[in-house]
Amino acid sequence: MRTMVPNRTPQNERKGSIEMLRKIAITAASVLALSGGTVLAAEGGLVEDLAFSFEGPFGKFEENQLQRGLQVYTEVCSACHGMKLVPIRSLADEGGPGLPEDQVRAYAAQFTVTDAETGEDRPATPSDHFPSSSLENAPDLSLMAKARAGFRGPYGTGINQFFRGIGGPEYIYSLLTGYTGEEVEQAGTTFYGNHTFPSGLIAMTPPLSDELITYQDGTEATVQQMAEDVSAFLMWAAEPKMMDRKKAGLVAVLFLSLISVLLYLTNKRIWAPYKGKH
Amino acid sequence: MAGIPHDHYEPKTGFEQWLHRRLPIVSLAYDTLMIPTPKNLNWWWIWGIVLAFCLVLQIATGVVLAMHYTPNVDMAFASVEHIMRNVNGGYLLRYLHANGASLFFFAVYVHIFRGLFYGSYKAPREVTWIVGILIFVAMMGTAFMGYVLPWGQMSFWGATVITGLFGAIPGIGPSIQTWLLGGPAVDNATLNRFFSLHYLLPFVIAALVAVHIWAFHTTGNNNPTGVEVRRGSKAEAEKDTLPFWPYFVIKDLFALAVILVVFFAVVGFMPNYLGHPDNYLEANPLSTPAHIVPEWYFLPFYAILRAFTSDVWIVMLTEWITFGIVDAKFFGVIAMFGAIAVMALVPWLDTSNVRSGKYRPMFRWWFYLLIIDFVVLMWCGAMPAEPPYSTISLIGAAYWFAYFLVILPLLGIIEKPLPQPATIEDDFNAHYGAKSHPAE
Repeated sequence: MRTMVPNRTPQNERKGSIEMLRKIAITAASVLALSGGTVLAAEGGLVEDLAFSFEGPFGKFEENQLQRGLQVYTEVCSACHGMKLVPIRSLADEGGPGLPEDQVRAYAAQFTVTDAETGEDRPATPSDHFPSSSLENAPDLSLMAKARAGFRGPYGTGINQFFRGIGGPEYIYSLLTGYTGEEVEQAGTTFYGNHTFPSGLIAMTPPLSDELITYQDGTEATVQQMAEDVSAFLMWAAEPKMMDRKKAGLVAVLFLSLISVLLYLTNKRIWAPYKGKH
Repeated sequence: MAGIPHDHYEPKTGFEQWLHRRLPIVSLAYDTLMIPTPKNLNWWWIWGIVLAFCLVLQIATGVVLAMHYTPNVDMAFASVEHIMRNVNGGYLLRYLHANGASLFFFAVYVHIFRGLFYGSYKAPREVTWIVGILIFVAMMGTAFMGYVLPWGQMSFWGATVITGLFGAIPGIGPSIQTWLLGGPAVDNATLNRFFSLHYLLPFVIAALVAVHIWAFHTTGNNNPTGVEVRRGSKAEAEKDTLPFWPYFVIKDLFALAVILVVFFAVVGFMPNYLGHPDNYLEANPLSTPAHIVPEWYFLPFYAILRAFTSDVWIVMLTEWITFGIVDAKFFGVIAMFGAIAVMALVPWLDTSNVRSGKYRPMFRWWFYLLIIDFVVLMWCGAMPAEPPYSTISLIGAAYWFAYFLVILPLLGIIEKPLPQPATIEDDFNAHYGAKSHPAE
């Protein structure tokens, strides 16, 4: 089991000791998984933990990060990948990237779609969905952040998802930053070594390089920064109602806790006449 | 058997008398709610209410989900995402429904093991028990078909594996499988019929639940001592019981509220915890997932299914005796359904005339071991079918059958039970002190 050299952003650097514990937990879980005979190639399957803003019961998406992630998606990922389940209009949603209406319309107009009724090509409108993958073998990314789970601990119970999320965005981040530089030619296709992709060899060319794009908000576009931003964006794309859901959960938990207390007192009161004291 | 003596509904007003002569529905509701209930029931007796709540929750959320869902292989996956993204509160409905199934099964397992410990299956409650097992089987069918509807990778491959079980039946198996699927493989016809049946079965369950309640309202509840309520007179019965309303309704609702705090925390903060990530990938008949794993509540039985491989001596023996008709695959299928069948037969397999495990010093340890066995089997079901898990599964499956077919019949003969309290009142007073005649 080799240890991984983590690619840290300043934001994560602050989380020192907690991060360390997490790392140990992940390593332990990986060792368990490996010794348990799970089919993993020697080099695949490593997922690094990140502290995303949207983790935990009170976590929220960060609007600026989602907008940066959208930019990475649009300028890099969308060359091959699609997001056919996500309506473009949801870019304006509160709690999401929160783009103004006119920007959403302008964003939509760059895509061409075939109108379902007239059968003619036209510029997309906000009510259309993102285009499908243009490259046949590139998976659709609409739900990718939920279709890959990074975290199964502690001891395979997965309870730590409560605080850390399911680990899907961490998987995407680790995959994007996890290229080993190795290249293997198999049956006419070039595969690239990757310590996160399950088989250890992935067909996708390393998509990111430093300063590949110029962030509109002036953030320095390191590979780690772009990977983190696009991972957060894809989590939003997969679960746009996450914040509504957490709010609903919180209200329900508080309300039911109150009801529990009231019912406990009622129950105690009505049974009191029948229960003597020792 | 005579019911427990108690006050009955007396129609007072003219309208009540008029209605009562035509349809005694108020009387039915009154007798159901006011049924004398052993006052020593402990917290293990609250899961019935939780289960009733789950059934209502699943039907209520399910009916609304069905309004927005499209049972077609090309549209099912996208229609679920439509629910998650565009339908008002759709994400909540779907997560409640998906996690509601888990709460339902968690509750039913606790409820079943409660019955197994306190001997709730013993005479005169055998029919309640059998109907309960039928409900459990119907739940498994409903949950299995419901999991196919989102048309994700696990939906598709789970359906392929489970319907394949029927294909293992010698001779007629492949025909049955084709008939179930509506074609040679899991496809649009399968999705359509599973949707139809997934909508139908909950109402069958609701009817069975009514019969289940009817049955135990006829015999009266079991209780932690297993000692029957005294039925000599109303005054005597009232020393052992309290009416269901309000004493047990409020107690059960309190427990339900506490359980729902945990449930809503899961739905709100980690709704995909119990699901499988692969089910967020649309079904693809050309790509088999590395590990096909059923939902957690099927894992113990899945482990039993996979435990009997062709290198196990009893499988080899059976295959030899039956001239190869019962091969390893079919043996596994028989074992899986047999594991449920032995539960259904437990009223006749348990030879002890003491109901409650509290007074059975030897039984108790075998029972605790059965619970551990169940958890271990669940864990094995989630693991790949290879050593050491295959061996552990086999030991676990062997214990499951041994418990019902060997240990329970023998224990009743060799075990010396502890003294039981004479009455429920004695048991109650031993816990809470005598104060059973409150000042009115």
